[in-house]
Amino acid sequence: MFERPRGTELADLPTAVAVRKRRLAPQLVWLIPIVAALVGGWIVVKGILDKGPTITISFKTAEGLEAGKTKVKFRSLDVGVLKSLEFGTRHEILATVELVKKAEPYLVDDTKFWVVRPRIAGGQISGLGTLFSGAYIGVDLGKSANKRRDFLGLEVAPIVSADVPGRQFVLRADTLGSIETGSPVYFRQEEVGTVVSHEINKDGQGVTFKIFVNAPYDQYVNADTRFWNASGIDVTLDANGVKVDTQSIFSILIGGIAFETLVDSAQHPPVEDNHEFLLASNRAEAMKRVDTIAWPVQFEFTQSIRGLSIGAPVDFRGIVVGEVKSVNIALNPAQDEFRFPVTAVLYPGRVQAVLKAGSGEYRMDEEGRRIRWNKMVAKGFRGQLRTSNLLTGQAYVALDMFPDAPEALMDWTATPPLIPTVPGGFEEIQVTLTNIAKKIEKMPIGEISADVRRALQSLHRTLVTAEEAVKRLDRDVSPSAKATLEEARRTLTAAERTLAADAPLQQDLRMTLRELTRTSQSLRQLTELLERQPESLIRGKKETRQ
Amino acid sequence: MSESAVTASQMGLCTCHGCGSLTQLLAGIHDMRCRRCGAALHLRKPNSISRTWAFLIASYILYIPANVLPIMHTGSLFGSQSDTIISGVVYLWNSGSWHLALIVFIASILVPLAKILSLTFLVLSVQLGWTEHAMERTKLYRVLEFVGPWSMLDVYVVTILVALVQLKSLATIQPGPAALAFGAVVVLTMFAAMAFDPRLLWEPKERHYV
Repeated sequence: MFERPRGTELADLPTAVAVRKRRLAPQLVWLIPIVAALVGGWIVVKGILDKGPTITISFKTAEGLEAGKTKVKFRSLDVGVLKSLEFGTRHEILATVELVKKAEPYLVDDTKFWVVRPRIAGGQISGLGTLFSGAYIGVDLGKSANKRRDFLGLEVAPIVSADVPGRQFVLRADTLGSIETGSPVYFRQEEVGTVVSHEINKDGQGVTFKIFVNAPYDQYVNADTRFWNASGIDVTLDANGVKVDTQSIFSILIGGIAFETLVDSAQHPPVEDNHEFLLASNRAEAMKRVDTIAWPVQFEFTQSIRGLSIGAPVDFRGIVVGEVKSVNIALNPAQDEFRFPVTAVLYPGRVQAVLKAGSGEYRMDEEGRRIRWNKMVAKGFRGQLRTSNLLTGQAYVALDMFPDAPEALMDWTATPPLIPTVPGGFEEIQVTLTNIAKKIEKMPIGEISADVRRALQSLHRTLVTAEEAVKRLDRDVSPSAKATLEEARRTLTAAERTLAADAPLQQDLRMTLRELTRTSQSLRQLTELLERQPESLIRGKKETRQ
Repeated sequence: MSESAVTASQMGLCTCHGCGSLTQLLAGIHDMRCRRCGAALHLRKPNSISRTWAFLIASYILYIPANVLPIMHTGSLFGSQSDTIISGVVYLWNSGSWHLALIVFIASILVPLAKILSLTFLVLSVQLGWTEHAMERTKLYRVLEFVGPWSMLDVYVVTILVALVQLKSLATIQPGPAALAFGAVVVLTMFAAMAFDPRLLWEPKERHYV
């Protein structure tokens, strides 16, 4: 096939040229695996060094979570990835998460994890991005010093992240109102905080809110700060006309809490974190009172407590100092009688202690209270059930001084302490009437009536007899009496005539009397003369010298 | 094929790699040059075995990060994601594209691994002086050479995607460190295959020329 060039025999081929041996010792090609090993080793070492901590988070549901895909994000920055999901002993979902190395120092007690899902709450829509990208695990890095590796995942994102300056406070209220997690907190209508959480108290009595007030507004919260529910519209009608009070349109829709600090207390130092406040239902109520101390007491009534409803006031001479909390019925088996224990709370804070200098301290502690109440009860301080409205029959518990009340003592052994009571005004009347009725009932009406009948019969007989007597008198006596009376009249007429001024007998009598007077005068003169001149009887009358 | 074929080395001849002239070798001398062009004369690829070993060891080392580290970062509006070769295969398989998963698996995992392992086998067989099944081993080598570039599939995919998908905030794709390692593995195995001299497969150990 191929044409061999002419004259090229094997022997004719050129020979190679020998060259000096140059043994290049180790071959350069071995640098390649060395470099590869270095690079690979460096990558491995870096991988090990960079490997972040692995933690477990327990969630209630694995909704939206995907092992190997779901990210852990701190303010939208990827800081880890979900490695695996499994369920734990308490049927919770245990998520194993690998975080970046830099997260290591932040794995502490108050670090929080939650799943970010699309959510509409508190007027805010959050997590919309997760509609497409899938849920991710949010993390809020804590500041505590206690390290930990297993966490309890939150159901919802914490409203306030740990590094926001400000303080958290606790509010207590009877009902939730329309406040939600995330509802705003207002101070002078400026939004300064958020409702972090709300839950029913463990005993089921009321609701506890946690609110967060951002710095620097938290400095305006002190012991005299009043909180109230600023949800909705507060319309009041009073002497000044209609007044509409609201915080903002926003709070009308989604509720909110407002607070205000009493002017005269603005100098108080701010309170510590998680201080407890009461949440009033509106501003007026909030500014009216601070019932930070609620003292539960108990009254025991034996009469009907009809009309005494829960929430009825406990009144001291017109001032409400407490309210009724519960109304019960108790049977005392030993004495077979029913009693009605009424529990109430008193707000001692409404009683202002006015102290004279040197009269000692007003002790707010338990001991001081005991001494005070024992003293008052000894002086006749009692509870009494009264009817405030005769039409509706609404009753209330009145506290007052009853100096005449039978002696009684506070029962401190009862829980809550038992304040002695006296029967109420209405009841008093009732008791009296009952007593009267009882007495009436006890009277032997039958015997009395028999007696009365007998008496009446005898009276009747007497009357009949009397009548007969009268008739007899009339028949027998009256003609003669009439004659007698005629006689008497005639006699009297004669006497009258005789005694009349111009009667002859009178004139005769008068003249006779005059005669008699003259006679007696003459006789006196004679007597006097005879006294002075007895001799005249013999010698005759002698002339008197002048 | 018969093993009794006459080779140039048996005849004491060698072609120059530089100018192609056929040259008579000098007996007993190791390093020689071409009389015409002065290029070094080799009967076989120089240091074939050790060079192949070097490339093979390097690819073994880099094969590990190539599979363990993420090969691609995908960033989109709704989050970012890093995929290793295996996780990509698993994802494709789980999402129902099992044929794609198979292709990627074969091209990116099976082929490079098979290549490295079979090349190792060939080098070992030469070093141990096997002369049996020389034909089969040669065929294996040809397959290796042919298939080599195709294992770059993954690297191609990554480079094309990185070039195409750069929509800033909407979506971006970045190569991961494994892409580099994987590319290096592919290139190194190709070098290893090139460094290997298939003629050695036919010769007993004692007749190896360097």
